[in-house]
Amino acid sequence: MKFTIQVNEGPYQHQSADSAYHFAKAALEKGHEIFRIFFYHDGVNNGTRLTTPPQDDRNIVARWTELGQAHDIDMVLCVAAAQRRGLVDDGEAERNGKDATNIAPGFRISGLGQLVEGGIQSDRLIVFGD
Amino acid sequence: MSDTKKFLFFNRKAPYGTIYAWESLEVVLISAAFEQDVSLAFMDDGVYQLVKGQDTSGIGMKNFSPTYAALGDYEITKIYVEKESLEERGLTLDDLQHLVWEDEDEDYAEKDSIRLVSRAELGDVMAEQDVLFNF
Repeated sequence: MKFTIQVNEGPYQHQSADSAYHFAKAALEKGHEIFRIFFYHDGVNNGTRLTTPPQDDRNIVARWTELGQAHDIDMVLCVAAAQRRGLVDDGEAERNGKDATNIAPGFRISGLGQLVEGGIQSDRLIVFGD
Repeated sequence: MSDTKKFLFFNRKAPYGTIYAWESLEVVLISAAFEQDVSLAFMDDGVYQLVKGQDTSGIGMKNFSPTYAALGDYEITKIYVEKESLEERGLTLDDLQHLVWEDEDEDYAEKDSIRLVSRAELGDVMAEQDVLFNF
């Protein structure tokens, strides 16, 4: 089955980020396909490479990057949500005159149309959030 | 893109306090551009999103409630409001904005967009959908 996963909550604050990861991993292990993972609302904070959790805790961002790269998953941060919350890649830094970037490897920033397309193209859209 | 699916956006949270309602509305407007069969549903505190006469001047936030009145122009004509959620909050349809759409096939006759449904009926609406977005 082909899934699109929507993650609405930030890492560490809310278990949704963990649940979405475990779901994605389990689905891939069962041979399913993940068309896209779309990060929305505070979920965009899953894509900052500047996170530094304590060493004895899970690194949620690094975990996404690893999973995404291992399975070539399209991981998208919503641009409107990212701009509000300060998630920046090279293109956004240039467009909005910012002096830094913080997007983690394996993520890209794009529009809400990517979420709608995920709903159209996938067999199931799974939303993780409140 | 030729595929058309039935999209239902579930709105369950108060309009202010968290950003879910506002960012949900942003997805709704984008989805209309993809020419999908889009419906909205309001339940729990989400029914407050449609209350008329909202004034956000005291909290310094944008009042985005006028946007709901534009949904008809985006050809979003099915807006389900859960009866029990209204009643539990002491609200009636009269407390909500009067949302309408213009039916091109009937000489642009104005029709009501809001459909008051029971919790059980809303379950039936959900069962008809291809994609459920929950905000």
